[in-house]
Amino acid sequence: MAHSITDETIEYVGILAQLELSPEEKKQARQDMGRMLDYIDQLKELDTEGVEPLSHVLSVENVMREDVVTNGDMREALLANAPEEKDGMFTAPRTFG
Amino acid sequence: MGKQYETVIGLEVHVELATRTKIFCGCSTAFGGAPNTHTCPVCMGMPGSLPVLNRKVLEYAVLVGLASNCEITRYCKFDRKNYFYPDNPQNYQISQLYLPVCQNGYVEIETEDGSKRVGIHEIHMEEDAGKLIHDTWEDCTLIDYNRSGVPLIEIVSEPDMRNAQEVIAYLEKLRLLISYLGASDCKLQEGSMRADVNLSVREAGTQKLGTRTEMKNLNSFKAITRAIEGEQQRQIDLLEAGEPIVQETRRWDDANDCSYAMRFKEDAQDYRYFPDPDLPPVRISEEWLERMRAALPEFRREKMERFRREYGLPDYDLQIITQSAHLADLFEETTALCKEPKKVSNWLMGEMLRLLREREKDPADIIISPAHLAALILMKDKGEINGAAAKEVFEAMFDEDVDPHSYVEEKGMKVEADTDALREVLGQVVAAHPKSVADYRNGKEKAIGFLVGQTMKVMKGKADPGAVKEMLRELLQKES
Ligand SMILES: [Zn+2]
Repeated sequence: MAHSITDETIEYVGILAQLELSPEEKKQARQDMGRMLDYIDQLKELDTEGVEPLSHVLSVENVMREDVVTNGDMREALLANAPEEKDGMFTAPRTFG
Repeated sequence: MGKQYETVIGLEVHVELATRTKIFCGCSTAFGGAPNTHTCPVCMGMPGSLPVLNRKVLEYAVLVGLASNCEITRYCKFDRKNYFYPDNPQNYQISQLYLPVCQNGYVEIETEDGSKRVGIHEIHMEEDAGKLIHDTWEDCTLIDYNRSGVPLIEIVSEPDMRNAQEVIAYLEKLRLLISYLGASDCKLQEGSMRADVNLSVREAGTQKLGTRTEMKNLNSFKAITRAIEGEQQRQIDLLEAGEPIVQETRRWDDANDCSYAMRFKEDAQDYRYFPDPDLPPVRISEEWLERMRAALPEFRREKMERFRREYGLPDYDLQIITQSAHLADLFEETTALCKEPKKVSNWLMGEMLRLLREREKDPADIIISPAHLAALILMKDKGEINGAAAKEVFEAMFDEDVDPHSYVEEKGMKVEADTDALREVLGQVVAAHPKSVADYRNGKEKAIGFLVGQTMKVMKGKADPGAVKEMLRELLQKES
């Protein structure tokens, strides 16, 4: 494996993804990420001169809708997914300092 | 003699677009709905939901770009900006990093040293976040996603401004252009226009930019001015003390007139942008762009010229009436109905501005309809109501756009002109104030003013003072 991922990198990526990983999981993630980067290196060997970057898998453009209200009140159905609600709102752990 | 410093300011301005629906779903953008009643799986970031771009958002963004001399990116796309915060249900905000819709523009502002260009680095489309409410009772955060997915454009300026006055002039200019386009009402207080100020200082004459800070939560021109003045002094003090300036985001505290550093979780600023695979790219054709150019409205300068030509208004009036597209339209539509441009202008400059200030409102909030304003002007012209009553009616129109005819009728405000009732009152007043009558007859012109006042009092204002004066004169001559 050409790429070795440091513990710091795993720690950093974990924080960004809001994941808490056990030491075993970190080890596994390090190996997986190393392999991914190896694969990217392999892709880099291809000659992509003059090839436009692809940002969408389908060759469609300009998919748009008109500015017309089509949705009504679906609050009840949407809140049904929430573990907790209050006064028609989702609740979350406090975010204010 | 201390060192001379120069302040360098760039702005990131978010403008909420005046569309009926959100940027990627058919939910209403209307204000005032009960929490979460304007939401759907798309704007709540439910797995498997598919965003579809609102055509109107692209149109508005391109119009603002054209009005600010930008190049329009003919092939643009959307990217995901990743961050975790409960106001953002998808855990990413859909925005544009790599190919923003407008680039390399500028607007002209007027400064003390003449006109100056402020460069626009780019304008991109993105979505607004939900609203967090702190629940003190349960000590938790409540979330309302009605604003989630409301369309925004972010206008990023070049660091071309040097002081608060230039910043305000720049914001006023953007507000004028955008409100003339009808793309937004741009109200700082209500958050439909939000400005983040990037500021650094450097020694005068040097080229290298200093370390900058970003200030948020500035929701009035006054707060912006105070925050800029405070921050430039804070940075100069640090430099003078030989201390480093930390690149950070600071939150303006309007109540305490100071800013403080916002703490972020470690590394939270790494947004890991990547192209959004749910949204196909947008290709803008020459024909479509031509249609947008043709759709650009008459902007302030042209409107002032035309109003001067067509209505013969003085410069002062033109300056005031064209400060808002809404005010200008109201002027023009009312004038078309009553054919009294100067009188319409006087109402707008006088009572209208007074009430806007008093009620702390914006010209965009005006609800008076041209038909009602025209009717009021004609009623006053015909002497059906006096000046004081007209002002009262105007105020009712300002608050509720009442029909002046029925309002005057209901309130019994119609002027009693030369009626028996008025004559009777005149007789009583004359009889009750023999001294004033004698004074007047002895050449004391002022005495008649007192008698007019007494008459108006008995009539509860429902008479025309000019007419009353004439009638009194006649009466007193006859009887002498
Ligand atoms: Zn929605």
